[in-house]
Amino acid sequence: MTDPSSASLSSAETDDGAEAWVDPERVSLKNVLLPLLTFSVLLLIWEAAVWQARIPAWLLPAPTVIGEAFADWWRELLTHSLVTLYETLAGFALSIALGVPLAVAVVYSPVLQKTIYPILLALQSVPKVAIAPLLALWIGFGAMPKIIVVFLVCFFPIVVSTATGLTAVPPALMDLIRSLSASPYQTFVKARFPTAMPHIFVGLKIAITFAVIGAVIGEFVGSESGLGYLILVSSSQSRTPLAFAALVVLTLMSIVLYYAVEYIERLMVPWATKT
Amino acid sequence: MLASSSLEVVTTAGSIDRPKAGARAVTKIQIFDLYKTYATRTGRTTALQKVDLDIRENEFIALVGPSGCGKSTLLKLITALIKPSRGKILLGGTLLDKPSREVGIVFQQPVLMPWRGVLDNVLLPAEILGLDMTEAKARARELLELVGLGGFEDRYPGELSGGMQQRAAICRGLVHNPSVLLMDEPFAALDAMTREDLGFELLRIWERHRKTVVFVTHNISEAILLSDRVVAMSPRPGRIEKVIDIVLPRPRTLDMQFSPEFKAHSDEIRALIRRT
Ligand SMILES: Nc1ncnc2c1ncn2[C@@H]1O[C@H](COP(=O)(O)OP(=O)(O)O)[C@@H](O)[C@H]1O
Ligand SMILES: [Mg+2]
Repeated sequence: MTDPSSASLSSAETDDGAEAWVDPERVSLKNVLLPLLTFSVLLLIWEAAVWQARIPAWLLPAPTVIGEAFADWWRELLTHSLVTLYETLAGFALSIALGVPLAVAVVYSPVLQKTIYPILLALQSVPKVAIAPLLALWIGFGAMPKIIVVFLVCFFPIVVSTATGLTAVPPALMDLIRSLSASPYQTFVKARFPTAMPHIFVGLKIAITFAVIGAVIGEFVGSESGLGYLILVSSSQSRTPLAFAALVVLTLMSIVLYYAVEYIERLMVPWATKT
Repeated sequence: MLASSSLEVVTTAGSIDRPKAGARAVTKIQIFDLYKTYATRTGRTTALQKVDLDIRENEFIALVGPSGCGKSTLLKLITALIKPSRGKILLGGTLLDKPSREVGIVFQQPVLMPWRGVLDNVLLPAEILGLDMTEAKARARELLELVGLGGFEDRYPGELSGGMQQRAAICRGLVHNPSVLLMDEPFAALDAMTREDLGFELLRIWERHRKTVVFVTHNISEAILLSDRVVAMSPRPGRIEKVIDIVLPRPRTLDMQFSPEFKAHSDEIRALIRRT
């Protein structure tokens, strides 16, 4: 029972869990400060170059001019952003709601796997930009055709990553579970789905970056609102600073959404995101 | 060798009909005329050829042999995860045709679930089998205490060393109180020191909760030091060369490695396994 050698060993083993440490504050300082500095320098060069070469604002506005556009148009920017955000999130949610169950079905049914995968692949190979005008033709100019474009863009990475994750249970663990005569439901809930979670989030992170692009494509084709619409209209009216401001908002939205998904991932799969 | 080992099988196999209460050593697992052939792309691989073996209740038996000789295959057959090509296995006198809850398994890799804490990992078999969870928890805690993981119940596998993870995996293999524990090279992925410690810890558990332990290893010293009997297997197609009774007394100690008996066993097994 009381074996001093093993007791001392297990305490030594707890210690070796601590890795060689790098000060986390210095890491984050480097990670945040350096890109910020680079970015600021680039902005300065941009600003200087525009003034120096006397490039007109309708061709390429200087960062300060874009800033002015923000101040003048923030109300419009906000309302159009909300439209795009809605389309993006609705399409994204729809693709999760349909993509994850489809992946489950594909993993559990060899017949479905053989029939659905080729169709999915074919669908994925069709350029979404080409589908968008057709959707506008069929469904009109509301939010729905945009949501469908977002859905189409997000669907594939979500299905593929979920299906991959569901089959990623280590064979030995699978043997253990089978040796206990677990039901298919138990196997799914206790092993397959938790194993799939980190994989699903890989798919979600890819999908969310595509999602914003999908919404803008939908808006380009035909709409009366949204950031894509705002960019289209303002550039056709040579209000280039406003188009740039909308572009900046679009970029920020994309980044924020990405980190939001990553944040949810940290909450839901802490075991896979811990560094 | 072959003749004598099959003779032994015949005599022990004759003991099935004997009333168990009176017998000195009750047979737990009986393996009769077992063959396993895998169909592969390049043809057929005979992994096991005519294996006959009686494993006694509560004995610690090791299977040793070079890699590829069918040790894992034999264990998988005892779990009923795969079916024999010919022959049969009896567990506690009944034909083993589907996985039995009398069997616990430990693999070379701990394969703990990273999203579960140590205690919840250990409880997995109890959950799947639908056992009384209050009892199972008490048992899991006792087992964890026994392997020196008391106080680590809520830690996650990622926070533990390989040795500690494997200790937890052993607890998981025992939590539903199986009468047979199958271990497939359970210490092969560990460093030599941890490996020795875990071997003796395993013996301590075994002395506390008597079970039939079938221990696969390709480490001859480990097999001798831990077991009552060692089954020496020949390389492909896997056959049993000889079953050797280990004469070392219990409790076993590390020093026994230097005894003449140990050396004699070691030399014999080495010679058996080398021969092709
Ligand atoms: N699922 C399988 N399909 C085909 N061949 C296999 C399979 N499992 C094992 N084998 C073959 O059977 C033989 C014995 O394998 P195994 O039981 O894993 O040996 P050991 O555990 O002693 O190393 C090997 O030649 C191996 O390649
Ligand atoms: Mg093996």
